[in-house]
Order: sequence, then C-alpha cells, then structure tokens
Amino acid sequence: MKRRDFIKNCIVVIAGASVPLSALVMVDPKKVLAANPEIQWAFLIDTTKCVGCGFCVKACKTENDIPFNANITRTWVERYVFTMDDQRYIDSPKGALYGFTDSRVDLGMGEFKEIDPRNVGKAFFVPKLCNHCATPPCTQVCPVGATYKTDDGVVLVDRTWCIGCGYCIMACPYAARYFHPTLKVADKCTFCYHRITKGLETACVNACPFGARKMCNIHDTNDRNTQVILRERVGVLKDDFGTKPQAFYIGLAQEVR
Amino acid sequence: MLDQVAQHALQVHGEAWTVKELFVLPNEYIYWSIQIVMYPFMTGLVAGAFVLSSLYHVFHVEKLKEIARFSLVFSFALLPVAMMPLMLHLQQPFRGINVLMTPHFTSAISAFGIVFLTYASIVATELWLVYRQHFVLSAQALQAKQNRSVMDSIFLLIFNCLTLGARDLSHEAIEKDHRACTRMAGIGIPVACFLHGYAGFIFGSVKANALWMTPLMPVIFICSAVVSGVALCILCYVLVQEIRKFMAKRKMSRWAREASAPTVAELDGAEHEEVLLASNYLLYFMIAALTLEILDLIFRGYTQVKSWDILRKVIMERDFFKIFILQYTIGNAVPFLMMSLPGRTVRRTTLATVLVLFGVFMMRYNVVIGGQAFSLSFAGFMEYHLPIVPEDWETFKEGLFGALTVAATPFVLFYFINKVLPVFGMKESH
Repeated sequence: MKRRDFIKNCIVVIAGASVPLSALVMVDPKKVLAANPEIQWAFLIDTTKCVGCGFCVKACKTENDIPFNANITRTWVERYVFTMDDQRYIDSPKGALYGFTDSRVDLGMGEFKEIDPRNVGKAFFVPKLCNHCATPPCTQVCPVGATYKTDDGVVLVDRTWCIGCGYCIMACPYAARYFHPTLKVADKCTFCYHRITKGLETACVNACPFGARKMCNIHDTNDRNTQVILRERVGVLKDDFGTKPQAFYIGLAQEVR
Repeated sequence: MLDQVAQHALQVHGEAWTVKELFVLPNEYIYWSIQIVMYPFMTGLVAGAFVLSSLYHVFHVEKLKEIARFSLVFSFALLPVAMMPLMLHLQQPFRGINVLMTPHFTSAISAFGIVFLTYASIVATELWLVYRQHFVLSAQALQAKQNRSVMDSIFLLIFNCLTLGARDLSHEAIEKDHRACTRMAGIGIPVACFLHGYAGFIFGSVKANALWMTPLMPVIFICSAVVSGVALCILCYVLVQEIRKFMAKRKMSRWAREASAPTVAELDGAEHEEVLLASNYLLYFMIAALTLEILDLIFRGYTQVKSWDILRKVIMERDFFKIFILQYTIGNAVPFLMMSLPGRTVRRTTLATVLVLFGVFMMRYNVVIGGQAFSLSFAGFMEYHLPIVPEDWETFKEGLFGALTVAATPFVLFYFINKVLPVFGMKESH
C-alpha cells in the first residue's frame, strides 16, 4: 500500500467512525447519579435555637448505621463558653452524642473545668455537619474519584471504590470526614441522601425538637427556609478557604471555627 | 445490632496513637502517621540517589564514577520501597490499584502511578544501558562453561533474558549505549525532581492545613530529597567499601583472591576522593534546603496570619525540641560544621551523613506529624504516640516495626540486585 492510500484510508475510517461515536456521551457520574438535578440542597442552622440535647447526633448515628459509641460522628454539637475575663472554652464530649449533661467544660485528657455561672459572658451551642461545599476540596483531592458531588449538591462517597488513603479527610477544613471503623473507608454526612431523595427530612432535622436544623432547596424561592437564607443575615463557616459552604448559620459568632 | 457493632468497632483509625488536648473536633485524629513520614523520606532517597548518579552520567564528573554506579543501582533498590509505605498506610490496600485504573486527575496523588512508573522505567533503562555489556559477557561466559550447576543455569537464563537479544558488543554499539545513557540520565533528573517535588505538592496543596500550605513545600522537599539521597549514598558507599577493605585484607571473598583485585590502599584512595567530592554536593544542597526552610519559618512569623498563634505554640513550644534541637541542631548545624570545617576526613564525613539522614527524617516527621499536631478549630492540640509494641495488624504497620520494615527493605533488595547487577569489580563499563 502506498503512503497516499494509507492516509486516504485512515481519513475514511476516522470520518466513518466519528458519526456513530458522536452519539455517545461521556458518562458523568455526577449527572447519572443525581436524583433531582433541578434541586440544589442547602442546610440552615439556627444556633439561637440549639440547646445541645444531642438528639440529632443520636438520630444520625442510628439512621446511618454508624457504630454508636465509636468516637467519630457525621454531625456533632459544640458548646462555647466565654467568660467575662476573656477566657474561651469549647467542648464537644463524644460529639454531644449524649448531650451536654455536665455543666463542666471538657478540657480533654480527662480534665474538666467548672465555670462560675456569674462569670459567664456568653455561651451557646453550634451544631455542625458536612457543609456540602459548592467547591469541595475533598472531592478535588480524591485520587480515584471515589467521592463526588451530585448535581443536586450533595457530596457522597462510593464505599466500593474508596482506597482509604485519607487525603479527603486531610483536605476537609471542617473535619467532617473520618474513617468508618468497620468499613475502613472514608465516611461523612450524606444529607441522608436515601431519605431526601424520597421526599423525607434528614434524620437530624427530623429529630431536632427545637427546629434548629432545617433543609431546603436553594432554587425554590417559595420555600420558607430558602427565603431566610436569601433575605436574612446568615453566615457560613471558614469562608476564607473558598469552599463556598452550603450550610448556612443564623447567629454565627466570629469565634466559631 | 447497633450495640454489637459498638462493642467491636470502638477503636477508630488513629485513636490508638492520638492524644487530644483542649478542644479538638470529634473526627480529628492523626490520620497520617509514621508511614506517611516514611513515604516522602523514602521517595526523597530515591530521587537523591538518582541525582547523584546523574552528576557522573550527565555532567561527566569523572571522580564520581564508582559512587555513581552504586547510587544508580541503589536508587533502583529503593524504588519499590517508595510505594511500600503508601500501601501499608491504605485502609483498603487491595484497592490501591484503583489509582492506576481510574486516576482522578484533579488529585495530586493520582499522578503518582504515572510519575512513578515513568521514573521507574527511566532508571531501569539507564541501568540496562550501563549493564548490557555485563549481561552479554556473563551470558557468554556461562554458556561456555562446562558442567553448569543449577545456580549457573538459572543465572544463564536470567542474563540471557536481560540482554533482550541485544548482544552486539562492537565499539559502535557500546558508544551508542553511552550516548543513550547520558540522554536517559538527562531526562531522569527533571523526572526525579518531579517525583519528589510533587510529593511536596501533596502536602503543600492541602489548604485546610495551616502548616503545610505553602508553595515553597515542593522546592523544600526536592532540596532535602537530594540532601538525604546523597547522604545515604555516601554512607552506604563507605560501608560497602569498608567491608571490601576488610575482605581484601583477609582475602575472604572470591574476587579478593584474584590477582587483579584492588589493594587496600587503592580502595582507600578511591573512597577518600569520591566521598569528599560527593560531600561537597551534599553541602550545596544542604544550604539550599536550609535557606528555604528558614525562609518559610521567618515568613510565617513575620506575616502573623490567623494561624500563627497556634503554629507558634506548636513550633516554638510543643515541638521545640523536635524542630530546633533534633532537626536543626543535630540534623543540620552539627553535620554542616563537621563537613565544612577544614581537615575533613572520610570518617568525619560519614558520621555527618548519619546525622544528615536523621535531620531529614526529623524534617519529614515535623512536617507530617507537626501539621496534625493542632486542631482545625485552632483551639486544641493532638499529640502523636508512635505505637511500639504492636497489638494488632494496624498498630504493627503504622508503628515502629512497620517503619523499620520499610527502612530495611531497600538493603535486602540491594543485596539481591547486586547479584545480577554487580556494583563493583566491573572492568569495561561507564
């Protein structure tokens, strides 16, 4: 075969093959796996309503089958106590799984501190969970693409593909991720994806007796919670990391990190 | 059911060696432990050893001929070990291959497979070019031998395979090998630097970690990699030469009994010259590495951004001994003085290289563990307790013995590779 013929044949083959191939679309798990791409889930937390009962933590662990007493959790509540002499105390014993039943602040390593109530300047609770960032650093760093963001705005982990390197855990500025003690893969809050895609509330929202936790579709401007996010003064955690968190806080103090 | 799970699964990964103090977020542990300290340390040794060998192959520093061949073979022995700590650290080691199957290219780790394999093939090619003549000659010698033993037959098979059918030993063919070798070494230097620079990038790009996040990280890692690689090569070279001298004196080995065997004085002379020259390069790279590290520290202290309060407590108080005494004083300042003061001897240089290796290890330790010594809340600390006596598989592989296994493996590999690719006693080679 002459060179000219060879090149001619090649062009014919490429031209012929490109027509059927163009019908194929690259499969994007984000699009395929998203249950409702028109929805953009967001979370709204009213810190002024939280009393630190820990029902949300219990509900989450039970609903998502996370080893109950293991010292990791998908959601947790932090207690902040600021004294009049400018001392700051923060704790979250077992992620507030059993609530804050002890008035003493847990200092770690088995030490506790009793604070005189008259000396307390301000004190409050802050519930935390995965922020399901719009630009999540955890999905960016996964070497195998086992963690991804769905089109409806939820960051998920593929437990069958995660290699357990821990890079996503390191990359998350909110410490929302951990290794599942029995499955040995990275694990995190899923916004109860199995529930919200069926029209149910997340376990923690459902369990909160004071309505401190709410969920909404940020695209639905008729939703009351969406209106709060869009109309009221709400804050997000650590916005300096450029992660664009989708968990919004009412009454967020600047000391909360 | 939940209670049952709770009974069995109380221990979370990282809980065994992490002690939390003040307020640390519930999910925070020292997830990256001793094996992740070993990973950049071992990759650094690979890259550094290769750079040393390239000094001879690319820049034709003739005096480094022997140590260059040694470093090349040694960097080949170190190669599989660069991967070992990662495999030992993975929670799902059998899925490690996924990194090659479905690389997710926005991740710094995903390039590992590609960069690592590219680098491995470059080192293998260069080794093959250096040793091709040896393979052919050995195969021919074994072929001609009467009464081959089983071992001889095995070696014959190995050497025959290793020649890859290229048995031409004419002058032109050898010359061609030389030129190709120079070219491979030339390509190898940037790839070696990339291999290690990107190990630095893995850490430097974690924006969540205040200590790691700096664009200087890859450069610091490259410089300290070369430092550690050169130091290890000098150390091992001296040790091997000492063993050879010992054998030559007592005629303990087959080669030592041959008429052409080098005398103790010859071995001594070669060793002296090569070690002192290599240690000069070590000094240059040490200056570069130290300058960058100190610059990073000063910059953090001077700019005093939000994270500085907690970083200062970690660097200046909690880890002071590890950083300023073990790393900078014993690992950097002391060996630097030992090598730069006049009247330097091989013994003094060798001792200095041991300290340098220790210093680089401590630098990796202080970066990897130190970066996890404070909470993301900036309100608490985590302390790392290296598991010494293994209680289970996890505390073994992420403990002292796991790290020692990784550290010992290259020497075992080197012993076997040296059987096929002899570092010393080759007449016609480059």
